[in-house]
Amino acid sequence: MNSTITHKDLTDEVVASFQEATFGEATLNREKAIQFLKKNGLPSTKHEEYRFAPITKSLERNFTWRNEVSPSSIKSIDEFLIPSLDAYVLVFVNGAYSTNLSVVNNLPGGVKVKTLSEAFEHEKEIIDQYFDKLVASEADSFAALNSAFWQEGIFIHVPENISVEKPLLILHINDAHQTQVIAHTRILAVIENNSSLNVIEKFDSIGNNPVFNTLSEEFVVGEHASLEYCKTQNDDRLHQVANTVIHQSNSSQVNTFTLTLQGKVIRNNFNITIDGEHCESHFYGLYLLNGSTLADNHTVVDHRKANSFSNELYKGIMDGNSKGVFNGKIFVRPHAQKTNAFQSNRNIIISDSATVNTKPQLEIWADDVKCSHGCTTGQLDEEAMFYLRSRGISESIAKAMLLYAFAADVLTPIKNEALKSYLDGLIAERLHTHF
Amino acid sequence: MLTIKNLQAKVAEKQILNGIDLKVNAGEVHAIMGPNGSGKSTLASVLSGREDFEVTEGSIDFKGKNLLELSPEDRAREGIFMAFQYPVEIPGVSTINFMKTALNQIREYRGLPSLDAVSFLQLMKERMNLVEIDQSLLSRALNEGFSGGEKKRNEIFQMAMLEPRLAILDETDSGLDIDALRIVANGVNKLRNKNNAIIVVTHYQRLLDYIVPDFVHVLYNGKIVKSGTKDLALELEAKGYDWIKNEVAVA
Repeated sequence: MNSTITHKDLTDEVVASFQEATFGEATLNREKAIQFLKKNGLPSTKHEEYRFAPITKSLERNFTWRNEVSPSSIKSIDEFLIPSLDAYVLVFVNGAYSTNLSVVNNLPGGVKVKTLSEAFEHEKEIIDQYFDKLVASEADSFAALNSAFWQEGIFIHVPENISVEKPLLILHINDAHQTQVIAHTRILAVIENNSSLNVIEKFDSIGNNPVFNTLSEEFVVGEHASLEYCKTQNDDRLHQVANTVIHQSNSSQVNTFTLTLQGKVIRNNFNITIDGEHCESHFYGLYLLNGSTLADNHTVVDHRKANSFSNELYKGIMDGNSKGVFNGKIFVRPHAQKTNAFQSNRNIIISDSATVNTKPQLEIWADDVKCSHGCTTGQLDEEAMFYLRSRGISESIAKAMLLYAFAADVLTPIKNEALKSYLDGLIAERLHTHF
Repeated sequence: MLTIKNLQAKVAEKQILNGIDLKVNAGEVHAIMGPNGSGKSTLASVLSGREDFEVTEGSIDFKGKNLLELSPEDRAREGIFMAFQYPVEIPGVSTINFMKTALNQIREYRGLPSLDAVSFLQLMKERMNLVEIDQSLLSRALNEGFSGGEKKRNEIFQMAMLEPRLAILDETDSGLDIDALRIVANGVNKLRNKNNAIIVVTHYQRLLDYIVPDFVHVLYNGKIVKSGTKDLALELEAKGYDWIKNEVAVA
């Protein structure tokens, strides 16, 4: 199954650095992961799953492999916050959790938010149950890389019957003023039955050296529980591979939104296992790319039980020399009768040198299901352009109006008003300033 | 206001207009009639600046400006409005935002300040009543899911908002039942005044019962082959186009 073509030099460097490092927690998982990496190496573009994402090559070219945390002089997080968003704020700087900069007071009763290293000490039972169980560290080399090298992480536990009203804003700040940054972060969130959680992740970097981040996150969503999840990638220094895995139980609800605006090479592996009946899930994504950004969204929606609903909509606008990639797999297992699973990927290319590669894959073993998928790639609708212009609207504004209308549609499932208005502003700004 | 001289145009290498001469003054309503494929919609498209059409000969002067040199948006800003035969559905763009943007772009071109939200809404309300269109339609995405009649009514609403000097109604009657036709025609009539002009492109006489033209022109093979008063439209309705085609053949 793993036909990884090894980039020998970088893999050797990575493996060698593992021997020199000392890790406090999860040493067994780390050993296993490095063995996987040793065997399979980092993927080149000959690897089927990384065909359009030359991330390994870019890493070889731009980074020197090191394990230590890069120095940072960040004193304030104000510029990275989302305006008017009332949230608990968790801050990583160069992959290390910053207790000083984080603000996590007055959590609802019984809710735990702590670093993974603390959790390894005090929450052994639940850690043993869930940590590193969902993420594909024995199938994907970057997941393995993260499992081997993660520096710090967050453990979130919402006990039964608790609704965490305020969102948890997780800031991943990278300070590349002095040196390059390589950061590996992790999140484990367990939302017990009848509870809810809203997580927002944001990536920013400052300074001119390259930044590479791997992120592995596991979300366990209990029965009748709900998760709202939003990730914004708007950082022009960033090389990133994010592995996000969500596990849903009966009658749970999940809404996700992934927005990619900037970055060098961005790869999102997004896996949802719908392991319960009567679940409802909406997975939305938007990539508005320009410059030479490459954004690759690989999603897997795995229906394992009957009577659940999933709806996936990813849209992209590619400008400049950017490259968009979408690969969406839907599995409907033999017992997952009466599944409703929908997937749609729509792209607009507005420059001659931009490209998109899109591939929907449905594998359905159950026979009583409703599934559909579709993908479209095109330019702006010329009839619509002419209609707007014939009313006195300039070509550039007409273009921006149509692109904005196309893009903003995916904000529909976002409920938090401050977040929605922030994201809407980012989209509007991007589409107006460039056209 | 509008002077078309020897206008010749082609689309995709097919010659459609073969020398049109037409003069339209302020305060006049001209009807352009003719059989299918005679070039009526091509003429409307060329006037509004559709880029698929290539003008090979002739000139169009609008208020002293060479219309052919203007972009579609500048034509609109100069005061040309085309009511589309097939108005486009644009999901995600509300009619209200669309109209506000259009109106303010036109005002900017004319050196006028932008309308603030309050004055805009006031104007909109007034014009909505004029053309009998419901606010609920305008809050929706532009033409999305509108019936044929609602789309045409929205065209006339836009015309009412933008107050063009020259409006071209391209087969506005197509797809309308008699009630919708009456509402649309009433809207147009209320907008008629001595400072503006209207070109009505239509197949049928019935629209002209409501929007009474000062002149009727028959287009055939890309040329105006006959002009007259509103009586000509009645004659066409009674006799069809064959006698005109025969006249042309004899000539």
